[in-house]
Amino acid sequence: MPEPFRVILFIIFVMAFAGLNAAYLVWCERKGAAHVQRRIGPKEVGPYGLLQPIADGIKLMTKQLFLPKGADPILFMVAPLMVMVPAIMSFCVIPFSETFVAREINIGLLLIFAFASVNVLGLLLGAWGSANKYAVIAAARTVSQNVAYEIPMLITVITMVMVTNTMNLNEIVRSQAGWFFHWHIFRLDISLLMPVSFLIFFVCSLAETNRAPFDMAEAESELIAGVYTEYPGMGFGVFFMGEYANIVIGAALAVILFLGGWQSPIPFNPAGFLGVFWGLFWFLLKLYTLIFTVIWIRWTYPRTQFYELLNLSWKVLIPISLFNLILTALQIKIFPWL
Amino acid sequence: MLLAKIKEALSSLYEDIQETQEVPDAAAAAAVEAEVAAEEAAADAETAGADAAPAEDAQAEESEEPKAPPGPKETDYKAKGYHLDVELPPEKIPEAAEILTRENFFIESITGVDWIDEQQLEVVYDFNHFDELCRVVIRSRTDRNNPEIPTISHIYQGANWHERETHDFFGIKFIGHPDLSPLLLPEDADFHPLLKDFKA
Amino acid sequence: MNGLLQQDVNQETFTLNLGPQHPATHGVLRVKLVMDGEYIVEAEPVLGYIHRMHEKMGENRTWVKFLPNCGRMDYLCALSYNHGYVGAVERAAGIEVPERAEYLRVITVELNRISSHLLWFGAFVLDLGGFTPLLYAFDDREFILDLLESVTGSRLTYCYFRFGGVYNDIDDAFIAGTREFIKRQRKRMPMYDALVTKNIILIKRLKEIGHISKDMAKRYGATGPVARGSGINFDVRKTEPYSVYSEFDFDVPVYEEGDSMARYMVRMDEIEQSMRIIEQALDKLPEGEIKPKKAVKLVKPEKGDYYHAVEAARGSFGVRLVSDGTNTAYRLKLRSPTFSNLSLYGEVSRGMLLPDALALMGSLDLVIPEIDR
Repeated sequence: MPEPFRVILFIIFVMAFAGLNAAYLVWCERKGAAHVQRRIGPKEVGPYGLLQPIADGIKLMTKQLFLPKGADPILFMVAPLMVMVPAIMSFCVIPFSETFVAREINIGLLLIFAFASVNVLGLLLGAWGSANKYAVIAAARTVSQNVAYEIPMLITVITMVMVTNTMNLNEIVRSQAGWFFHWHIFRLDISLLMPVSFLIFFVCSLAETNRAPFDMAEAESELIAGVYTEYPGMGFGVFFMGEYANIVIGAALAVILFLGGWQSPIPFNPAGFLGVFWGLFWFLLKLYTLIFTVIWIRWTYPRTQFYELLNLSWKVLIPISLFNLILTALQIKIFPWL
Repeated sequence: MLLAKIKEALSSLYEDIQETQEVPDAAAAAAVEAEVAAEEAAADAETAGADAAPAEDAQAEESEEPKAPPGPKETDYKAKGYHLDVELPPEKIPEAAEILTRENFFIESITGVDWIDEQQLEVVYDFNHFDELCRVVIRSRTDRNNPEIPTISHIYQGANWHERETHDFFGIKFIGHPDLSPLLLPEDADFHPLLKDFKA
Repeated sequence: MNGLLQQDVNQETFTLNLGPQHPATHGVLRVKLVMDGEYIVEAEPVLGYIHRMHEKMGENRTWVKFLPNCGRMDYLCALSYNHGYVGAVERAAGIEVPERAEYLRVITVELNRISSHLLWFGAFVLDLGGFTPLLYAFDDREFILDLLESVTGSRLTYCYFRFGGVYNDIDDAFIAGTREFIKRQRKRMPMYDALVTKNIILIKRLKEIGHISKDMAKRYGATGPVARGSGINFDVRKTEPYSVYSEFDFDVPVYEEGDSMARYMVRMDEIEQSMRIIEQALDKLPEGEIKPKKAVKLVKPEKGDYYHAVEAARGSFGVRLVSDGTNTAYRLKLRSPTFSNLSLYGEVSRGMLLPDALALMGSLDLVIPEIDR
């Protein structure tokens, strides 16, 4: 396939994926929440309520895009895009399968983190632009939360880069080939604290994507709807899609870095076209298992207090991840043959 | 036990009243004079006779029927639901509150009653005790056309809202209250719905 | 945190209007907050958005006609309000109540108390960001509502008590259903314990947050679980046993800490105590009439004033009525517990962070129509 054609095809795929993913993650979230809470959840629109997200989407799209009084029109409108677009961009480097990736570039990991940082800027500008006190409080929380959690997350990622020696996501996955105990999370021989690294990464990605119990940006019982308070219709919808896309990226990174990406747990990889789907299947399975865990946590725990959240990051996660970094570095230096 | 103790403590409030005036419900206008009189009487009991004049004025204005001798009255709890009924002149209310707070009573509520026939407004304070069952009712009457009574919100902070509510409903001014703006009524309300002559 | 209290108030602060439509105020309460960042410099609750002047209504309708109003103040524990009002009028008019009727009153009030506490539990955890316990609690509460519907005829704003008795007798299905409910609820409580009470996030959000001292409870007249969470052993059912409460063996949960966690624990323990009362009442339930042989048609209490207090789910609910000997009240004062409980909010929340202040507000268990009356 010619390269430009392939990239265009993939961009279409990614955009469709981001949109559908957000829509159907909402459905999963609602169904999941319902079953956690001994309810039925959406069931009226389509079988098992499967068409509910479509109906919701149409509703959001047909709503008036209302600009609140005193809002900054440009920031207000641009902010949702600043959450959505970087998320879609990040999909370009994620290897869904060995060959199923838009662009396999050597700094894929770096690119994702570069784009992920734009997300919080979008939230901040959106809150500022909507001229709402609740939104600004939420934005202030979000920024300090993101700053706090980016540090342990990046330290953990540096640890992983030291282990794998590459920032190419596909390379990272390839280095975990073979049985499932070759996945990084089980490789205690490279770094003794590998499961802890995974845990830190997972917790940080929860915080980075503003998911419960760290959903300070929304905090619906405290700050109405946080950053999104003033957003109507699709303004909110785009934010929402961006949020869910970010969850997928967070979970995808966790899968790629620690859970073997598209590798199957047994060393069996069919060649050719079938292999693409084989990898895709395992990748999505792991991805959605993680996302299900995220949903599960959301509907089980209450929200943390803000200072607890910062305490956790600065007093617990950062020291542990630093210690982990040093330990891993020593391990690599002392046992270079592993 | 507690009942006897608090009864005795509250009786002390009547000592000077009995000498200076016989009617507890002095008009608010006479309140200041009466308080001065009470202080002087406390300082020098022998000159009490000379200070009886303002109290007599109050008596002439307000009271026509003969009343039972003032003092805390024990009531039948089973029938009434409270133990001690204390009727005091408005200016004695803060003192009574001081005594009650010393004995660790807590404030249940403050409310008013409009006695339109007698042209008086009554303020009723309900106190209760956490450790021992002892409900004390303190009541005080003030002139209906110029209802004023000293606040106890500096002694019982909880009284703040109760007094505001009573001001909302009856228009009773609590002297010294920090903020008598309407609490339950709309913020621009200038009517007092629980007055008997209130027409919606 | 308290160091912030001493800061200069004149520095840059802003005013935040929390409510009257805000998810955490559970109704139309508005709190005017002066904030310094996320710290509260000053909080002033603004009431009256659902003020209906029940007290004036009481002066304008006969004693009997006021009965339905009782259920519309504290709509979550309506039967306690019924109980307080009929108790006051019965005391004033000297109406005797058959023993079976008093037992029925106790059983239904305690069921209502459990349902109120369950709803509070769900809503409180919802304030803290946990959604699931709300629906679990509603699930349990539904059993109570069904039971009470079968005997009282309504599900929320009950008007079940009459002067001198109750409106309807219970049947075997109700007794069996209640026992079934208690059995089920006893199994559910450990689950709540594991899911919510022992949750580290919840503990961290409630421990040492919103401290109310004994002295403060006294000064503001806080009662009910708020007072009992501050180490005050005060429960009208024990200190001033009305109805037939003196015949039951139950404990008054008291926690010394005075923080939000203590108030939480008090209410959770009270659910068990209420179930104990119901069980004993069902065991001892005497046979007999449920209303006086000669129906009380005209209520004319003697001239004078009367006070009657009951323990509602949120604290001591008092009715002070002044009668002039006619068939309407001369003055009807309704002392609602949360009015007093909320009045200490301004003092306690000073210097707190916004989410903590909302946790405190939740722990006070506010029902706004009851505050505004």
